[in-house]
Amino acid sequence: MLNKQELTDIITGLIPETEFPEGTQLLEVIVPAEKYFSLVEKLKSDQKLSFNYLISQTAVDFLSHMTVVCHLESVEFRHLIVVKVLLTDRENPTIDSLTALYPAAEYFEREIFDLFGIRFNNHPNLKRLFLEDDYGYPLRKDFRDEINIIER
Amino acid sequence: MSSNLYDFSTLTSSIHAALSGMMSSGWVVFTELVLIGLLFLLFYALLGLFLVYLERKVCAIIQNRVGPNRVGKWGLLQTIADLIKLLLKELIPIRKADPILFNLAPFIVILASFMAMAALPFAKGLQAVDFNIGVFYVMAVSSLGVVGILLAGWSSNSKYSLIGAIRSGAQIVSYELSVGLSILAIVVFSGTMQLSGIVESQADGWWLFKGHIPALIAFVIFLIASTAEINRGPFDLAEAESELTAGFHTEYSGIKFAFFFLAEYINMFIVAAIGATIFLGGWMPFHIGNWEGFNHIMNYIPSMVWFFLKTFFIVYLIMWFKWTFPRLRIDQLLTLEWKYLLPISLVNIVFIAFIVLMGWHF
Amino acid sequence: MSEEIIKDVIVGENEDYIINMGPQHPSTHGVLRLEVCLKGETVKYLIPHIGYIHRGIEKMCEADTYQQLIHLTDRMDYLSAHMNNEAVCLCVEDALQVEIPERVKYIRTILDELNRIASHQLWWCAFGMDLGALTSFFYGLRDREHILDIFEESFGSRLLHSFVMPGGLMHDVHPNFQKRTKEFIKYFRKKLPEYDQLLTGNIIFQNRAKGIGYMSRETAIGYGVTGPSGRGSNFACDVRKIAPYGAYDKVQFNEILGTGGDTFARYQVRMAEMWESMNIIEQLIDNIPEGDYTAKMKPIIKLPAGEYFRRVETARGELAVYVVSDGNKSPYRMKFRTPNFSNLFVLNTLASGHKIADLIAISGSLDLVIPDIDR
Repeated sequence: MLNKQELTDIITGLIPETEFPEGTQLLEVIVPAEKYFSLVEKLKSDQKLSFNYLISQTAVDFLSHMTVVCHLESVEFRHLIVVKVLLTDRENPTIDSLTALYPAAEYFEREIFDLFGIRFNNHPNLKRLFLEDDYGYPLRKDFRDEINIIER
Repeated sequence: MSSNLYDFSTLTSSIHAALSGMMSSGWVVFTELVLIGLLFLLFYALLGLFLVYLERKVCAIIQNRVGPNRVGKWGLLQTIADLIKLLLKELIPIRKADPILFNLAPFIVILASFMAMAALPFAKGLQAVDFNIGVFYVMAVSSLGVVGILLAGWSSNSKYSLIGAIRSGAQIVSYELSVGLSILAIVVFSGTMQLSGIVESQADGWWLFKGHIPALIAFVIFLIASTAEINRGPFDLAEAESELTAGFHTEYSGIKFAFFFLAEYINMFIVAAIGATIFLGGWMPFHIGNWEGFNHIMNYIPSMVWFFLKTFFIVYLIMWFKWTFPRLRIDQLLTLEWKYLLPISLVNIVFIAFIVLMGWHF
Repeated sequence: MSEEIIKDVIVGENEDYIINMGPQHPSTHGVLRLEVCLKGETVKYLIPHIGYIHRGIEKMCEADTYQQLIHLTDRMDYLSAHMNNEAVCLCVEDALQVEIPERVKYIRTILDELNRIASHQLWWCAFGMDLGALTSFFYGLRDREHILDIFEESFGSRLLHSFVMPGGLMHDVHPNFQKRTKEFIKYFRKKLPEYDQLLTGNIIFQNRAKGIGYMSRETAIGYGVTGPSGRGSNFACDVRKIAPYGAYDKVQFNEILGTGGDTFARYQVRMAEMWESMNIIEQLIDNIPEGDYTAKMKPIIKLPAGEYFRRVETARGELAVYVVSDGNKSPYRMKFRTPNFSNLFVLNTLASGHKIADLIAISGSLDLVIPDIDR
């Protein structure tokens, strides 16, 4: 199991455009949108890293930008990492899909599309999961539903 | 022999003589037919009520609970309450279902079981229809039931019903072979197909014991195959609730559903009665060879009591199977029949023919 | 007129025969719609449709305080309600760096394991019933009533207790708790072999379960199938061993791994887990230390700004809680990674090529609870 510093070194060696915020519970990697897919691919295929288990993939809406957050774990070595991508476009946020690497990503990404409106390139079946097609994107912070949601 | 057993033919011939005194012979036959028909209808209805109650109680005991005990003393009126409820339910008409076939199907199923019941020997001298090809008649007539099931599934215009009916059709048609062959085993032993003849031939012991090993094999195969024939027990995937909601009778409600429900229980009784007649001696008491004294004592229990005891023993076995075992899948079911039961039955028959030729049975 | 009838009847070669195992169905336990494409009796593919019980729990959590949203987490996987509560509480306690008393850790772990046994009992009885052994339903529920009575005495409710609060427990357990739990363990040790007699050794059951729904280890890791379903395929994913919490580091227990990967392997893993849970409870029940039932917490809990991540092992797999906090009394974003969400979507891969009856057996062995999927 590699510790935070070793992981940071290996990953900076693979893709130099990554940033590592300080003082977090788990090791976090912030990567620009163009390098997102290749970083995750390298994280999965590298022999010393081997992050082959996608625990969770979700999104967070800060009003100025949206973040897609992936938690990855290695089954052999048991180290955890958090990969984050910042998306600034609120009209049409788009990012690459991880379905080619992890079959589980197909459904996590459908959920993110359903609740946030973030579209994924190369997704085999990007349809909404829980809600109807004409409902907005509820987990966005600027979502208002006059009928069903009561604001305090 | 069975000298002190009450012979019902004295009763039936005295009724016949009384009627002949009152009207011409054509009318006598007609009146007797009507009387027997009414008796059977009554018997059918009461038997259905009783069997449903018995099933619920047996099921409850196996499942560690009490069963119906509120309606009437010990819950005896529960089935009557259910019957009234079913009669009063709305008959939901199905759009795009073939109306003639949809309504005809339950009647065909009841018809088949009615015709089979006519040939059962209930007691000494008490048998409505006694053909010399009795066994053949019973097997032929009980096969009519599958027509009703297929019609029900097809005409319901529902995918679930269709799948249930197709499964059931395949199952019944396959298992008829094993049932027939196992009954045939005893026909080889007794030398006659007439049901009363088969019972008479067991006067010195039941075929299950006289025929030792091959008769035992035939009996086990008969039990398994006839449970599959009546869509019960581990072979009830045609109406598997957890998969297809109710299979071929999903779309039926009210009195039509009551017919299917009733026919299933009466079929269970018929199959148990055939098994009791052919393997366990029918109304013949438990005799052992030439032990005159023992046989004479056994004869004090009336023959009708013997018949019902044996039948209800087999009914209990069939109920026990249903509540203990999980269900078989359709391909496992068909594999069991075609790859295992059928070859064993065939070999068994050849073996029995050899035994009968050599005289190696009791 | 007759041409229209004939067109309705003839199904073309390239049309699929779709059957709908709709939201109301006796054996999909919960509101799940499966669109199953059949060829004869064989399943070609199936598409699950979910969302019938989507209540927006994650959005509601953004408006509730941390003590209030514990009650929402109960309602996700209601059969392992206690573990759901504990996940959020561990997250909060880690963030505030609160030291919880030993007594609390022991009691939480015992309740975890009792909840796990109750959940597996319900799974066993429903699984037997789906396969046609209707008696197993009653045997499982008869024994589960004992656990529910213990819960009712201590917490007042049988299924959804919301007993675990950030910092400790809501109140202390009933004085009878220890005695009744020990009695239950003694009683259940005699009853669990009955389950094996009824179902496990039955040849019909084994034919329905062996070789059905094979899941390889790579498929399990790729789809994220955890819990007993994943462990049946030799995927060592027990969070109690990877990242122990509560009193799990103080007890000896085995992680049950099955190598078969089929329905029967998943079945055996769950049966063995019931034995292990009883062992864990026995090691802890006599040694519960005295002390406070909660640590001193402020009435309004505000997590420091930042992100926190915690995992627990529910009866069905790995539940992960991801909290983004901006310093207020409600979380800014709360994400629940639920085990059933990942377990459901592997159903298409497992059931393709099998018969309808096998589909029921496979979904029963995956042990899905639908509110957990939809949240």
